[in-house]
Parts: sequence; structure tokens; C-alpha cells
Amino acid sequence: MKPILVFLSVQDGRIKRSSLEAMTRAREVASEQGADLHAALLGSKSSELATEASNHGATTIYLLSDPVFDSHLNAPVIAGLEAVIRKSDPRLLVMASTEAVKDVLGSLSVRLDAAVLPDVASFDVAGEEVVCQRPVMAAKMLATTHSSHSLVIVSVRSGSYEATPSPVDATVETVPFVFDAADLGLTIREIVSSAGNTVDLSEARVVVAAGRGVRDEAGRDLVLELASITGAAIGASRAVVETGLFPATAQIGQTGKVVSPDLYFAVGISGAIQHVAGMANSRIIVAINKDADAPIFDVATYGIVGDCFNILPLLNAELKKALA
Amino acid sequence: MALGRFVPFDPAAWSILKIVLRNRPPIKIGKRATQSMNFCVCIKQVPDVQASVQTGRMVLNAYDASALEEALVINQGSEDRIDLVLVGPSSASETIRKALAMGASDATHLVIDEAAALDSHAVAHLLAGHFKDHTYDVILTGKQSQDSDAGLAGSMLAELLGLPYATNAVGLKADGDAMVVTRQGDAGQEIIEISTPCLVTCSNDMNNPRIPALKGIMAAKRKQIATDTPEVPGSRTVITTTAPPPNREPGIKLEGEPEDVVSELVRRLSEEAGVI
Ligand SMILES: Cc1cc2nc3c(=O)[nH]c(=O)nc-3n(C[C@H](O)[C@H](O)[C@H](O)COP(=O)(O)OP(=O)(O)OC[C@H]3O[C@@H](n4cnc5c(N)ncnc54)[C@H](O)[C@@H]3O)c2cc1C
Ligand SMILES: Nc1ncnc2c1ncn2[C@@H]1O[C@H](COP(=O)(O)O)[C@@H](O)[C@H]1O
Repeated sequence: MKPILVFLSVQDGRIKRSSLEAMTRAREVASEQGADLHAALLGSKSSELATEASNHGATTIYLLSDPVFDSHLNAPVIAGLEAVIRKSDPRLLVMASTEAVKDVLGSLSVRLDAAVLPDVASFDVAGEEVVCQRPVMAAKMLATTHSSHSLVIVSVRSGSYEATPSPVDATVETVPFVFDAADLGLTIREIVSSAGNTVDLSEARVVVAAGRGVRDEAGRDLVLELASITGAAIGASRAVVETGLFPATAQIGQTGKVVSPDLYFAVGISGAIQHVAGMANSRIIVAINKDADAPIFDVATYGIVGDCFNILPLLNAELKKALA
Repeated sequence: MALGRFVPFDPAAWSILKIVLRNRPPIKIGKRATQSMNFCVCIKQVPDVQASVQTGRMVLNAYDASALEEALVINQGSEDRIDLVLVGPSSASETIRKALAMGASDATHLVIDEAAALDSHAVAHLLAGHFKDHTYDVILTGKQSQDSDAGLAGSMLAELLGLPYATNAVGLKADGDAMVVTRQGDAGQEIIEISTPCLVTCSNDMNNPRIPALKGIMAAKRKQIATDTPEVPGSRTVITTTAPPPNREPGIKLEGEPEDVVSELVRRLSEEAGVI
């Protein structure tokens, strides 16, 4: 089989773990198919990250070093990946399903004349076909989808696979790249970054998520304390984001992010289907809700029926002791 | 270009973010024409995911409803058009009527067979055909379909038409010949200026779509929906099966005095689940 190319997303100077998860799966598939594993790194500091790519099994690494990639714009990423694809000539392009990847996936597929399987929970190659499973209908159903198109792009939900290293010797190739900003058609006016999360949601082992039941600053403080004790990233429901208590980057669900940590605390969240769509694959789910009939209890591993303003102070104290 | 304004982590910063989010154009009456646009909104009829799968109730894709709502707010008091286009079986005209009742100007229904299973790629090609002879300042789509959660057709269409685009908009504003889009990115929000013509895909986090009033419903009934029966292009992806996901292990509810329940939880998290 032709190679599998993995596009590695970089954030804050690091390769995102979700990219390494996707890469680990790509490595397995490549070795089953007797295919080479390639990686693409786009960014001003891409060369510094090449070692991490070879540590995860890429034998050829394509580097595009241009500061234009640091600007969060879609057009340069599409042009950059197009340049890499011409060199790598892969059967499959694999990437982590980040917001930045979602931004380019459709247009990239048209540009490359490729098929796309977006936001998959698993993927494989069987003969001529690329096969995947992807949640649909707000994750109420799981669809098995395939494509026998000559080039298939797959984007993988974070947490679908475990990232493991497997160092190899790699060839690093710098791909010449010139981007003409004039035909961009768009400019960034401002980036408002919310450093609200010291732990990246998509990479977190523990997520503490707040819902409308966390109704005010006092409730938020309790949630933030629980997150800091457990080293968790902070998540939120749409309803509580709307109140302005939590930033939109924390939103988990069909519109927001998809997470699958080992431990998920749902505090004052009713468990609407669109929220559950983003967290149902968490390994252990703890729900704290004062309504015993809240649908969140249907997916919770451990449920506590109670007022979070009573429960959280006790839980924080108890966890502090346990983790001391 | 003002890059990288850094908002540190504290509650005050979060309210700054909120202000940015909510900093929407004020309602403008008799405003300059340059602050409105000729829009076309691509709308899809989808099964109601909130209802149980069997009911078969069909609704307007929530993300498309938000796209339409945003166009209606921007063009309020202006003569500029807000047209609709939908690809779907003849029964989807119901959904077109609902969107017309919200206040859209005109609609085109690209009628396809009930049984045709189109992926985003096929839809984008059909839409691109439509836009060959219908031109707009701004094409809006939803950021994704609620049923397939694909999130592809918008940017595919932009590429087919050679338009600049932005995805996952949570704020939208017309500014002269450009659109100013606030998009939700991975680690924050990006405010982008795009020259028109362009395409923007919309999140439902930008607004709450209006419920059509009686007057709108009556007006929509009288409107002509243009129809066309294009040839359906092939899909590049095929769904083989759709089944419920594997069930989660049933959980347990811990009941009793708060102190006891909390220590029981912590004990189980550590001994049973091994997560702390
Ligand atoms: C197309 C679409 C996409 C959507 N995408 C998302 C998404 O990405 N993410 C998302 O979250 N939502 C999403 N939603 C919205 C979703 O349907 C729900 O409205 C939302 O998740 C509700 O948030 P909530 O559970 O915080 O609020 P509510 O439903 O209001 O629930 C609050 C809960 O808190 C409990 N409570 C109240 N006080 C206390 C207390 N003191 N202690 C303990 N419990 C308490 C209540 O019993 C209740 O169960 C989407 C909706 C649509 C239509
Ligand atoms: N059948 C359709 N008719 C018109 N627009 C559509 C159709 N399918 C998808 N779209 C548009 O494309 C967006 C995203 O599509 P998808 O790739 O299906 O997630 C939707 O929110 C719609 O705006």
C-alpha cells in the first residue's frame, strides 16, 4: 500500500497528544499493510519537533517552516498540506480532529480530490477500502462508513487511541513553501486566547465539567477547586457558557469539544443528548445533580443525588486528603 | 493585525471574553447599505435527534437556523436579500416553509429522490451547481449537520466556488465590503476579516433562532419555492451500517448522608475504578 501520512497539529510549541494518538493508530495500520508512515509538520518551529515525530514511528518527516502557519488561518494550511501530499503520495491522510483541522478538512478534500471520513472513533484499511466507525445523531448511533476512493482523509476524535512511542530512524525533508498573502482573502484582526485551561481539554486525563446548576461565582470557585485538586481540565455545558461563567472554549458536546478522559465529573449538568455526545466515551463518569431523574445519571458510573453546593466542599476536602 | 492579545486566567478575564462574544452589531434601523449583505443560506432538513430515533420527526438543522437568524439580524431594515437553498426530497419543502416564515426572501429546492444517500461531497457539488448562476455577497451554511455531524459541506462548497471562507462562526458582522467573523478556535476566539464574496459556516452558539410569528407563517405560505431536479453526483463515502453504540456498564447511585456518600465515592474512585 502507498504510505500513510499523518498531519501533526502543534499547539503552544508542542505536538498535540491527539495527533500522536492518531499517529499510533496510523503506525499499526501501516505495519499491517506493509506501508510507510510519513508525518507532516507545519509551523515556524517545525524542525524542533521532528524528533518527536520519529519517536512515534514516522520514517519520513516533511517540514514546512513558515510563520504564516502560526496565524490560525485556513488557506496556508491547505496550501501547505497540498504541497506535502504531492511529495508523500499517500493512500491515507490521518489527522486529529481539532478545531483547526475541522476548519480545513472539507476544502482540503476538494483541493486534493480526496474522500473524507470526519471525526472517526476508529479506522482501518481492509483491501481497497478505508473503513471507519463514527458517532452520528449526536452520538446516539454509531455508523460504519467506508470509502474506496484513491485518497482518503481521516480525522480522529481525541482519546480514541492510546499514544505510544516507537522510535525509528527518519529522513527529514524540508518542503519549499511560499505563500502569497495577497490571494488570502482574509486577515486576522485579533486573537482572543482564553488561557482558562492550564490543562488542554482534549488531552486531559481528568475533566471537571460545570453545568447551569453551578449557578454563580461561588459555585464556579468550588468547581475550579475540584479541578485544581485533581489536576483536571475545566469543561462546561452550553447553558453555563451562556451565563458567561465559563469560556466558550470549555464547552463540551455536539457543538463544543469531544473529550474522553479517564475521569469526568459532571457537576449540575442535566445530561442533554447534545452534551452527552461530547463526553459519553469517558471511562469513569461521576455525576452530581440534585434531580434524581436527571438523564446524566443514565451514563454516570457513580451518581450522587445532591446539591453541588453541599457536596463539592465535602468532596474537595476528602479528595485533598486522599491525594495528599 | 493585532495578534495574540492574551487574556490571563481569572474570572475577570472570562467576562472580557463574554463581552467579546456578545459584542454583536446593534439593531440598525435605516442603516447604510454597506452594513448589510445579499445572503444565501444553505439549509438542510434533518431528523430530530432529540426525539427517539423511530419518530421520524424532521426539523430544520439547528446550525442552519442560527445562520439564517444571524443574516436576518444583520439585514434588518435593509432591502438586501436573504435567499435559501435546500437539497432534499420533496417532503423537505416543509422545512423550507419554516425558514421562509422566519423571514427569508426566496427559496430554491433542489429536489432529489427520497432514497438518495448523499454525502457532504455530493451535496457540495449540487450546491456549487446552484451558485454558478446565483451570486451573493455571502453564502452561509451551518457548521455541521445535526444528524451526520460531518461539518464538511460548507468548506467544500467554498473551495468548489473558489471563495475565501471561515468556519465555526460564533459572531458575524458586515463591515463595508467585508465580513468580520468571530470564530471559535481550539484555544480561543479568532476575529477574522474576510472580503466578500465569501462563505461562512455558523455555530448555533451565535444566537437563539427566532420562532416564526403568525404573520411570517402566512407570508411564507404564499411564497413560490423555485424547484430544480439536478442530476445527483456520486458520493465518495458510503455508510454500511448504523447501530446503537455499545451500552455503558450500568452505574450506581450513591445515597445517604452527604459525608458518607462522598467518602464512599472517593473510596470507589480509588479502589474500584483506580482513577485517583
Ligand atoms: C444543535 C445543538 C447543539 C448543542 N450543543 C451543545 C454542546 O455542545 N454542549 C452542551 O452542553 N449543550 C449543547 N446543547 C444544549 C443542550 O441541549 C442543553 O441545553 C445543555 O446541555 C444544558 O446545559 P445544563 O445541563 O448545564 O443545563 P440544564 O439543562 O438547565 O441543567 C441544569 C442541571 O443542574 C441541576 N442543578 C441545579 N441546581 C443544582 C445544584 N445546586 N446542585 C446540583 N445540581 C443542580 C438541575 O437539576 C439540572 O439537571 C446543544 C443544543 C442544540 C440544539
Ligand atoms: N441537503 C442540504 N441542502 C442544503 N444545505 C446543506 C445540505 N446538507 C448540508 N448542507 C449545508 O452544509 C452544512 C454542513 O453540512 P455537513 O457536511 O453535512 O455537516 C449544513 O449545516 C448546511 O448548511
